[in-house]
Amino acid sequence: MEEKREVVIRIENLEKQFGGRKVLEGISLDVYKSETLVIVGGSGCGKSTLLRHIIGQLKPDAGKVYLFGKDITKANEDEMDSIKKRFGMLFQSAALFDSLTVEENIALPMREHTKLDDHIIKIMVKMKLNQVGLRGFGHLNTSQLSGGMKKRVGLARAIALDPEIIFYDEPSAGLDPVVTAVVDKLILDLSSALSITSVVVTHDMNSVFRIADRIVMLYKGKILQIGTKEEIKNSKNEYIQQFINGTIEGPMQFFAPDEGYLEELTK
Amino acid sequence: MNILQAIGRVTLSAGAAIWDVFALFFRTLYWLFYAPLRGKFIGRHYIFSQMVFAGVQSLLIVFFVALFIGMVLAMQGAYQLSQLGAVRFVAALISVSMCREIGPVLIALVVAGRVGSAIAAELGTMKVTEQIEALETMAMNPIRYLVVPRFLALIVMLPALTIMGDLIGMLGGYIVGVYNLGISPGLYIKTNFDFLVLKDVMTGLLKSFVFGMIIAMIGCYMGLNTKGGAEGVGRSTTMSVVVSFILIILADAILTGLFYFASV
Ligand SMILES: Nc1ncnc2c1ncn2[C@@H]1O[C@H](COP(=O)(O)OP(=O)(O)OP(=O)(O)O)[C@@H](O)[C@H]1O
Ligand SMILES: [Mg+2]
Repeated sequence: MEEKREVVIRIENLEKQFGGRKVLEGISLDVYKSETLVIVGGSGCGKSTLLRHIIGQLKPDAGKVYLFGKDITKANEDEMDSIKKRFGMLFQSAALFDSLTVEENIALPMREHTKLDDHIIKIMVKMKLNQVGLRGFGHLNTSQLSGGMKKRVGLARAIALDPEIIFYDEPSAGLDPVVTAVVDKLILDLSSALSITSVVVTHDMNSVFRIADRIVMLYKGKILQIGTKEEIKNSKNEYIQQFINGTIEGPMQFFAPDEGYLEELTK
Repeated sequence: MNILQAIGRVTLSAGAAIWDVFALFFRTLYWLFYAPLRGKFIGRHYIFSQMVFAGVQSLLIVFFVALFIGMVLAMQGAYQLSQLGAVRFVAALISVSMCREIGPVLIALVVAGRVGSAIAAELGTMKVTEQIEALETMAMNPIRYLVVPRFLALIVMLPALTIMGDLIGMLGGYIVGVYNLGISPGLYIKTNFDFLVLKDVMTGLLKSFVFGMIIAMIGCYMGLNTKGGAEGVGRSTTMSVVVSFILIILADAILTGLFYFASV
């Protein structure tokens, strides 16, 4: 680990329950400036919930979240708004506004949060579209886009205000391997060219090993291990090995044990 | 015991829902009145497009419904009044009942079916496809950008539609009265307006103002609280119409009672 890198996100002992069930249990994590951190874990282990806490959409039961040094669990709406303008988020379903065209989607944050002239905004929208490789698609309706194009428009909208952090919730879910590689390349380009900090939630191991600087392995609301690609690949942890190799046999159990099954059927 | 439990549970959840609707209402008022004082205005184009949708695009169906209800009222009224030999008072019957009661309620029901359900469906779809959350992470408050424009549009446009509907209803009555019942045009128009006082019109408009709030709040509440995919959107849409209908009739009864006892 390099020392003295600037911390942009700090999570301390985050706890969250839903209806008495613990979804996050004592998560602590630092994210450094301009790194790409990937959060990996099985379905339902709490990845999206963790992300929602970091962007202030959910309030924790206990623990703290600092963004740019500010404790967002205590921030009021105005403070939160000014923090929100400094990060962008790409949603799992892209979450484009379907009442607006591609152009209008990307222009919306600029129209609302800057005093730029309309023709300047138009130029900036074209630049953002070019950045995600969709030059000339601005006039389309969102219903005319494929899944991969939607993700890229969502990314263009996320970078509309030149954010310092971008969050990605499963950027490759539902995309074919080639488009996944394209999206991964965009993530890499953004973080290297603009030194943006990226936090990516995914369970696609191929893209994890393509984009990650550091990997966080999450299991049942707890962090199993944080480490570089090599550290995770060579991990001795059986859960991690099972996950990255995608095998059924291992400590993660998906089938209930056989004993008692007959009684349960005939009861 | 089970029945008691069930009743208890239903009462609790209904109570929570009512509380939530009021919370939404007060947050709407906050963004409508207080936030602009702090320099947070609501973009004019958001309000304008909602007014076009709720008002202008409802004109045709409102005209259609009002015209025919006016004609029906004329025929039904004539049947009764002819036995008293007072057919010309059909005009007064229609103008007063349209303005006080039938116009506001009928048009509110039409608008609840057309606009309220569309609001629930649109916001519901936005909710289940993460668009609401996307707005929030872009530091755009959904109450400010989605609810307030729809609320404003409905409380302005529903009374406006009601005035037009009242007039069209009278026109429907006129058509039947003059061409079928043989009342002379001058007499019909005179009777139509002679019995109508300002209070009839004002109480009717006050009602439709309240109905507009109900339609907007229920449509937005159902939409923003949608859960569970496309099926959930369908459920919210239906619920918004059913609940709006019930609340409109309930509010109508309460307001009519208030006006009645206040004037005695
Ligand atoms: N608002 C909520 N209310 C109740 N339970 C919730 C809520 N949000 C999430 N959960 C529960 O918390 C657990 C973690 O959910 P989360 O969405 O964080 O999982 P995930 O790791 O993102 O899974 P996936 O990979 O499938 O997206 C799940 O079991 C889910 O049922
Ligand atoms: Mg998820």
